[in-house]
This record gives sequence, C-alpha cells and structure tokens, in this order.
Amino acid sequence: MRKVAIIGAGMTKFGEEWNRGFRDLIIEAGKAALEDSKLPGEDIEALYVGTMASGSLIGQEHAGALIADFMGLTPIPSTRVEAACASGGVALRQGFMAVASGMHDIVVVGGVEKMTDVTGGNVALALGGAGDQEWELFTGATFPGIYAMMARRHMLEYGTTEEQLAAAAVKNHKNASMNKFAQFQNEITIETVMKSKQVASPLKVFDCSPVTDGAAAIVLCPLEKAKKLCEKPIEIVASAQASDTLALHDRKSLSSVYATQVAAKKAYEMAKVSPKDIDVAEVHDCFTIGEIMAIEDLGFFPKGKGGKATEDGKTALNSEISINTSGGLKGCGHPVGATGIKQAVEIAWQLRGSAGARAAKDAEIGLTHNVGGSGATAVVHIYKKAF
Amino acid sequence: MDESLAITWRRIPERYRLEGSACSKCSSNFFPPRKLCPTCRRKGTISAKTFCGKGKIYSFTEIFSPPGGFELEAPYTIAIVQLEEGPKITAQITAPHGEIKIGDPVEMVFRKIQEDGEEGLIHYGFKFRLVK
Repeated sequence: MRKVAIIGAGMTKFGEEWNRGFRDLIIEAGKAALEDSKLPGEDIEALYVGTMASGSLIGQEHAGALIADFMGLTPIPSTRVEAACASGGVALRQGFMAVASGMHDIVVVGGVEKMTDVTGGNVALALGGAGDQEWELFTGATFPGIYAMMARRHMLEYGTTEEQLAAAAVKNHKNASMNKFAQFQNEITIETVMKSKQVASPLKVFDCSPVTDGAAAIVLCPLEKAKKLCEKPIEIVASAQASDTLALHDRKSLSSVYATQVAAKKAYEMAKVSPKDIDVAEVHDCFTIGEIMAIEDLGFFPKGKGGKATEDGKTALNSEISINTSGGLKGCGHPVGATGIKQAVEIAWQLRGSAGARAAKDAEIGLTHNVGGSGATAVVHIYKKAF
Repeated sequence: MDESLAITWRRIPERYRLEGSACSKCSSNFFPPRKLCPTCRRKGTISAKTFCGKGKIYSFTEIFSPPGGFELEAPYTIAIVQLEEGPKITAQITAPHGEIKIGDPVEMVFRKIQEDGEEGLIHYGFKFRLVK
C-alpha cells in the first residue's frame, strides 16, 4: 500500500448561500483546492464526491457525472458516495484507497450539500433518511429527537448536565468567530443556549447544527510524489471506518457510539499513535451531545467525563486538546455531504500553519471524525505533517 | 414520507399487532422482524413472534420541531421502549412529556400515527401508554 498525502485544500463559505446552487458550490471548492495544489486540471485522474441527499433536496441524483461535467473534467471517472452525514468522510476514504492501491495518482475528493432550496419540513424529512425510515422516522421521531434520547441516557448514566452540553456550543461559536468560512461568526454564552427554544428536549436550538449550503474539496496524491509537488504535504496516516445498526433503538448503549470506538481503535493502530498524541481534532458535533460522546469514544477523555472536560475548557483552542477549531458543525455549519471533507481541509490548514487566529500551536498530528446518522457509520482519519 | 398502499398493507402485522421474529438457535427476539439473525446468520432459524406489548421507557424526548406530516401533533413525546421480551423500539407515548420518566412501565395501544395529506392514506400503528 502506498502512502497518501493531501497536496491541496479548499472550501466555500458555509452558510445560507441563496445566490448559489449545488453546481456553483462544488465548482468553487474544487477550483480552490486545485489552485492550492498548483496542478493543472488535466492531471486529475478520478473524482469522488460525498453528497447525502441531493435527490431529496434538489431532485438531483447522478451527482458524480454532473460534477465531472460542470467542472470540465469528463471523461474521467467520477463517483458519488453516500453514507448520510458521513458521506464526505467515506468519500475521502474511497479517494485514499484509490491512491494507496496504486490505481490512481492524482485524485480530487469533494463534498457538497445544497440545503436551502427546500423548506424546513422537507429538510427534516430528507435528513431523516439517515435513520431507519420505517421504524424510527415513521413514528414522528426526528434527528434532534434521536440525539436527544442519547443525551438523556448520557445525563442519567454519567450525570452530564444541559450546561455542559451548552459549553460545547459556546466553545465552537468562539472558534467559528475566527473562521471567515464559518456560517456563524458570533460568540454566544451558556445563557444563549439555555434560553433558546426547545427543539427536542433536552436539546435546544443552540445545541443543534444548522441547515447549511457549502462545499469543500481536497487533492490527494502518493506521498513520494507530493514531496516533489508541494512544500507542505500532509500525510494521511490512517483511514478507518465502521458500521453499526441503522436504528438507534437496536444499539446496546445509547450513551456512546460503538462505530466511533471501533473506527478510532483501528485508526490509532494504523497510525501507530495513541489518543494523547493528537493535537487537534475535528469531531462530529451535529448536536452538542455528539461532541461530548465523540471526545470520550475517541479516547481523549474517560467515558462519562466529556461534559465536565468541555465545561472546564479542556477542549478549547490551545488547551489540553484543540477540538473543532473550525467551529465544528455547530459554528462552521453542516452542509451534510461537505462536512467530512471540510474537516480534512481544516486539519490540513492547521498542520500547515495556515489557520490564522484559530491556529492550534505547534500542531503535528490531527484527527477527523465523521458520523453518519446516529452512529450507523463512523469514519476516522489521522494526519501528520510530512515536511 | 408519503407511503404507498403496498408498504402500508405489508407492514400491518408489525404495526398493528407487534409481530416481530425470533431466532430459535440463539433465542434472540427481534422487533422490527429480521429475516436473518445477525448472530447466527445463515445457521439461525427464524420464525414469527408476536410481542406482548408491555415494556419500560428506556429514553424519551419531546418533539417541538416536527417533520412534515406531524405539524398538528407537536409537541409530542417520542420514546425508546424496552419490550419485556428484550428488543427496544421507537414509538410515541400518549402521556405528556412532564408525566413520564425513564423506567416507567408502558403498554402498547393501537392509534392513528399520521395522514398523507387531504386525500392520502391514514396510517395506523402502535403507540405506548403509561401503565398506572
């Protein structure tokens, strides 16, 4: 297996981008990544694109071919990858395997979601497809509701409080305030979260990631070649993915995400590092409880201590471990299929030292963690400076 | 999501009567029914099993932002119920959110779940109510 590196990274502004459509977003991100790599488009051998629900959200399937077409990249192979909210992370893994295997040298991996072209109720229906349509969503359950039931178990089993959940949102808004690509660049307080409208108790509006339009892209190539092509290649030292039951109710535990634990263990083994070696991580905080469970399941904090650690500021920028420097899904926004790629873009910027005011100082090793649905898919990648 | 007549008809045993399945090789019970035992896979022996409809609340939430089709119901309570026979399932609870807690005993009741618009199907199925 060949070693694989990121040699280009780019993304669009995340937000309610009413004046831009699906195609505009992915083209802008792709161009930014390619310009960053300084490679001509003719060198690209294959495309992988994560998008979760283009069919429900804009009535468009066959997104792989569409993107190759409008990026002027026909006839190279272009593959759409779908794994709900983990579509981006799984697409990255497909690109990684294509390069690692020797099948392709230069591969572009993108992620995109256009979510504001339909009304809120339809967005909820489309995202519901990440769970079990027949046995969860049919009853009137929603995704915030599903995560709310995880939160309630976590609170019962470990004494986690609503204020501790809120602390994750407060920290992520602070990080997002230093990110010009973020949807929300305003700081909030614990009180903002606690007084916000109930969505699915105990989760409130400010516990939830928003509806977002956006795209992100990276350029991959073999590490040996990367060292000749660019000054600051970032090596992907681990790529791991795990699956679990589609429906939350079939899991043994609701207060942890087993697929994350399995993917993390495999990733640490592959990278030959341990959780304490990670300097900066982008984790899947679709809801605040998601971040609390992630920092426990990834091994950064003992099970049940994630809420306290967050409240004590141990996950803030340049503290014990810098978590979600981009602002996470809560602050930076969550264009579902784009999220997994945006996480990789952020870690590449952090390790190259180009994250500006939100730089995690002296970061050498980074990690991304992308979850599909309530934990039926989890993808973990680990990155190292290769310069 | 608007469902066709076919799926509504096909799901009647499960949704109206809590018919699931069981694997006699490893004695696991499944609801919704599985046609393949995830433990024994092809070596398992699957048969139909009707659940008694009694269980306990394992976790719950009150939905304030409903998906399309449930606007008139909100707020309503959704729970994961652990059935006496083992499996956990997702269902609405008929009692208001403030009246329930984790561990409360509940039993299945037959209720209208949702309607597909003015001319669409009316979907029936299980909800759970508190056992006093």
